[in-house]
Amino acid sequence: MKLLAPGHRGCAGCGAAIAVHSILSATGKDVIVVSPTGCLEVISTPYPESAWEVPWIHSLFENTAAVASGVEVARRALGRKDETKVICIGGDGGTVDIGIGSLSGMLERGHDVTYICYDNEAYMNTGIQRSGSTPYDAATTTSPAGKISFGNDRPKKNTPAIAAAHGIPYVATSSIAYPADIGKKVKKAIAIKGPKYLQIHTPCPTGWGFDSNRTIEVGRLAVETALFPIYEMENGKITSVKKIKRKPVEEYLKVQRRFAHLFKKEGGDAEIKKIQETADANAKQLGLDM
Amino acid sequence: MKVIEGSYAVAEAVRVCKPHVISAYPITPQTHIVETLSQMVADGAIKAEYVRVESEFSAISVCIGASAAGTRTYTATTSQGLALMHEALFNAAGMRLPIVMTAVNRSLSAPLSIWNDQQDTISQRDTGWIQLHAENAQEASDTIIQAYKIAEYRSILLPVMVCMDGYILTHVYEPVELWEQKKVDAFLPEFDPVHVLDPKKPKTFGAFADPSLYTEFRYMVQEAMEVAKKKIVDIANEFRDEFGRYYGGLIDEYRAKDAETLILAMGSVIGTIKDAIDEMRADGIPVGLLKIRAYRPFPVDTIRDAVAGAKAIIVLDKNISMGYEGALFTDVKSALYGKSGVTALGFILGLGGRDITKQTIKDMVAKALEAMKSGKVQECEFVDLRKEVL
Repeated sequence: MKLLAPGHRGCAGCGAAIAVHSILSATGKDVIVVSPTGCLEVISTPYPESAWEVPWIHSLFENTAAVASGVEVARRALGRKDETKVICIGGDGGTVDIGIGSLSGMLERGHDVTYICYDNEAYMNTGIQRSGSTPYDAATTTSPAGKISFGNDRPKKNTPAIAAAHGIPYVATSSIAYPADIGKKVKKAIAIKGPKYLQIHTPCPTGWGFDSNRTIEVGRLAVETALFPIYEMENGKITSVKKIKRKPVEEYLKVQRRFAHLFKKEGGDAEIKKIQETADANAKQLGLDM
Repeated sequence: MKVIEGSYAVAEAVRVCKPHVISAYPITPQTHIVETLSQMVADGAIKAEYVRVESEFSAISVCIGASAAGTRTYTATTSQGLALMHEALFNAAGMRLPIVMTAVNRSLSAPLSIWNDQQDTISQRDTGWIQLHAENAQEASDTIIQAYKIAEYRSILLPVMVCMDGYILTHVYEPVELWEQKKVDAFLPEFDPVHVLDPKKPKTFGAFADPSLYTEFRYMVQEAMEVAKKKIVDIANEFRDEFGRYYGGLIDEYRAKDAETLILAMGSVIGTIKDAIDEMRADGIPVGLLKIRAYRPFPVDTIRDAVAGAKAIIVLDKNISMGYEGALFTDVKSALYGKSGVTALGFILGLGGRDITKQTIKDMVAKALEAMKSGKVQECEFVDLRKEVL
């Protein structure tokens, strides 16, 4: 049985839904899921329907990690000695922006909670607005490209590093292009006691502008260009990286409408060069190149 | 009976209610309550998980998660902290989670003030929380025990705010009768939630409702408030039978039966008003008191009945809805609309900790008597306004 039932209202090719399938395949049924407001909540729970075959709670946008803290201590207070895992599955807006205070609190307090951010790099549910996780030069509805702009003028926030700075036992990144990698990391995370943070790259055909049959391909290109590196950190140290045979960033950028202006506008070449430098820096820092 | 601080009394009442999860963020003048509870946890005097969160927003959110997971929960806050919780207060009520909170009453910034008024809880009036106001330390703590019973009642399932005036009640030392655990256990059965987050029986909490269903969810909260109107009275009576103390149901009356002028107020000022009434009665002025205990649900019928024989009412508000008047005054007048021709005067006073004395009360009554004679009514007036600093 699929624990996120078919018939949910996600767009065709929704990366977030793919991520949830991979996550729940790894956790199994003995789990309580907490989610913020966002695409995942909206596509899965229009009352009286629910796509969730596991217990699931949504409270608000910015309090997911605090609600999960409450669920976790409640089970402890009731003396439940079972193996039920408490996990959060939230988008990047609810995680790296508005929810980062409650996330930081949960990580710092050491709750036995696995927080998983599905990172589609903008506020998709409200119509593709820029978040702190939007990459450099991506056009969104609030960071559009224009006569004097190349889109989002800030680099993507390094949330895994922020999570790791809390001294938590496990931080990892992954991508829906690698379901086995997600499965392995989720299983590893939930087996570790204490707070864990995972960030899964989930391309969004609607928001990024690519055909819905290319979600996995786009996800793989992000990894292969070193723009979304895949790695694990255990107790603050990098313990594994996904090695890649690196491709130039153009291959990733050119298949998405959100970067189309870089190939049309004067000065776009220089911008692409800057993005390539970011990829180069990622590859160097993490030793990604085969 | 022991002479103890109001905050300590509240913490003791929370202890005997045996919450599983307590989550709070420190803010003056709520701190003594949560410090006392922390010490109880540290000493093993209470078997609760105490979650030291990074904000009030997370304090209430932890309670939301813990309540949905099937536990009895408690938090306490005041002023800015309560305002920060605002969004989550609606959420807790809409999700029908019977969280109990002590809402210490304090003014809101700007200008910053740590002192008492009731602007903070008034501003959370429409969140769907039951709001009960306490007159003294004993009532603030006894009401916690009643609050859990009200909140957890199956056809209510709404969170309850027990409001107590900051400093005036939190920091006062008063004789307080404490509780025998056995008696509390008999009065307040263990929390037995209807719906729980549990993998053995997966349920979805916090779905969204489209326009074809949202209204019905809101209506059900309103229905629960109507049930609470009756149940608050029943539980106050049960508490009297069990513990011998009574503070009124939705309202309480003091020398009100033959009063021509009735004062309506809530919170710690009630004690001052009672003393002032005794002195005015000795001078032959027929004045009485309606203490508003339940602000939400608002006791419309009870107030109508209680006001029926009066010629004038004076409504005290330690708050103001800017651009209009005090919130209690608005609510009382609305309750009386079409039912009473009583002369109504509203006063804004006690803001940011300004003292309310017996003389203040007497002056307001004098104004009411004058208004009845002259027929001239100033509906909303600031009391003791220092015009020289304006």
